[in-house]
Amino acid sequence: MKSKAEVVVIGGGSTGTSIAYHLAKLGVDVVLVEKEYLGSGSTFRCATGIRQQFTDEANIKLQKYNVERWKKLSEELEYDINFKQTGYLFLATTEEEVEAFKENIKLHNRFGVPTRLITPEEAKEIVPLLNADEFLAGQWNPTDGKANPFKTVFAFSRKAKELGAEIYEYTEVTDIIVENNEVKGVKTNRGTIKADVVVNATNAWAPIINEMAGLDRDFIPIKPYKHQIVKTEPLKEGQIEPLVCPPAWNDSYVIQDGEDGGVICGTGLEHGPTYDVTPTYDFLREVLKWATRIIPALKYVHVLRQWAGQYAKTPDSNPAIGKINSIDGFYIAAGFSGHGFMMAPGVGEAMAELIVKGKTHVPLDWEWYDPHRFERGELRSTAFQIG
Amino acid sequence: MSEKGERIICRCNEVTLEEIEALIEQGVADIEMIKRLLRIGMGPCQGRTCLPMVISIIARKTGKSPDEIKLPATRIPIRPVPAGVLVGDMNEE
Ligand SMILES: Cc1cc2nc3c(=O)[nH]c(=O)nc-3n(C[C@H](O)[C@H](O)[C@H](O)COP(=O)(O)OP(=O)(O)OC[C@H]3O[C@@H](n4cnc5c(N)ncnc54)[C@H](O)[C@@H]3O)c2cc1C
Repeated sequence: MKSKAEVVVIGGGSTGTSIAYHLAKLGVDVVLVEKEYLGSGSTFRCATGIRQQFTDEANIKLQKYNVERWKKLSEELEYDINFKQTGYLFLATTEEEVEAFKENIKLHNRFGVPTRLITPEEAKEIVPLLNADEFLAGQWNPTDGKANPFKTVFAFSRKAKELGAEIYEYTEVTDIIVENNEVKGVKTNRGTIKADVVVNATNAWAPIINEMAGLDRDFIPIKPYKHQIVKTEPLKEGQIEPLVCPPAWNDSYVIQDGEDGGVICGTGLEHGPTYDVTPTYDFLREVLKWATRIIPALKYVHVLRQWAGQYAKTPDSNPAIGKINSIDGFYIAAGFSGHGFMMAPGVGEAMAELIVKGKTHVPLDWEWYDPHRFERGELRSTAFQIG
Repeated sequence: MSEKGERIICRCNEVTLEEIEALIEQGVADIEMIKRLLRIGMGPCQGRTCLPMVISIIARKTGKSPDEIKLPATRIPIRPVPAGVLVGDMNEE
């Protein structure tokens, strides 16, 4: 193992591997350390969805940019990460929701996201098995999509290594070395790595890493919540290609896996705060109650797998991204709630540029995601979250 | 052996010995990543057939002892169950 690098990135999920790749691309001597295997945190447990349909300017702009990145990512990384623009379809059950959809659509359109209001009949054309009678209208954006998280993490890390990055799996950071308010490196269970820049990309575990650097654990109050998924046997392609979500039905969603066609089903039931990721029976019943209401034919489809992972939540469900002012060389990108996978390409690029150039061309609103906002008692409007 | 003379290791997702070996030769020797890139153990049988074989392939190719290679998590419900049964909605059918 190397004992010195320019930058150490802690955490090998979609965020950390993207940051490492973008740093290596800028010629930085970077090391990434991951306590288990790459993706073992939230990333390999996610629902694969990528959307621009948020309810605030900062997230919409960042995600519009990210979709452009996702479109070119397979080519750029020379590995097919299976990004598909199969859309996101939100469904309204009340007139108030239809009005809210109209407002959202105006906001999306203002930033160039081509969301539109559709009828239940149109929704049924997009999702043939939909129980369309229960809904008044749809908020549809065909340019949202999905990608394969396993391949994305693999492709980022493979390319990063090709560009000179070192990646150490099963290597746990046990302490951060800080002298005179400057970062000097990290201690791991396999030895010390000296570096003047350390990036905390550990998402649900970020407060533990912050504490190692001498910060208060609640300086950035990220809390781990257990969220789960149930996956069915494969259906014929094209049955439920977009992510389909009636927010009023407990934020439940269904989406066909872009890889094997099985249906991924989620719902808003959460447990925690907890680091436990044991699947629970209450979730199985709750999620299937809604999923079979959205798509009644799912009753006859076999459930194959259930798993759980973390939503790393901040009080406003927006991540903390940026520089920690009180410790020179210490950066963070964590607390991504239910939407960190979709943000990974642009966040990695912006972080790498921030570290190397002090600024970025990525339309990422640093003030919005400011890690210091909680300390000041400021919150953003809550980022729209599903599941 | 399949028609093409390939040796199928994972029957659910039709993954061959050759594919697994090729990945290990590229340096992907961790069972968790092999599982996710090739989808072994993610089909209806939950890896009952393939995972022990994959472990011995990794052990043979990397020189590790099979005991050092941990099995990936088994996911409930273990055997496929229709969603309608789990929501209690198929009583009269
Ligand atoms: C059920 C579910 C569904 C979801 N659906 C979606 C979706 O559709 N779209 C979407 O965009 N997002 C979704 N998410 C959220 C998404 O998974 C996360 O926001 C995203 O994966 C965060 O990536 P990350 O790299 O920041 O964190 P993680 O993937 O959690 O990576 C952090 C890593 O840090 C490592 N680490 C922790 N402590 C240490 C240490 N001391 N030393 C070394 N390494 C350490 C961990 O092992 C972990 O691998 C979902 C999440 C869940 C649970």
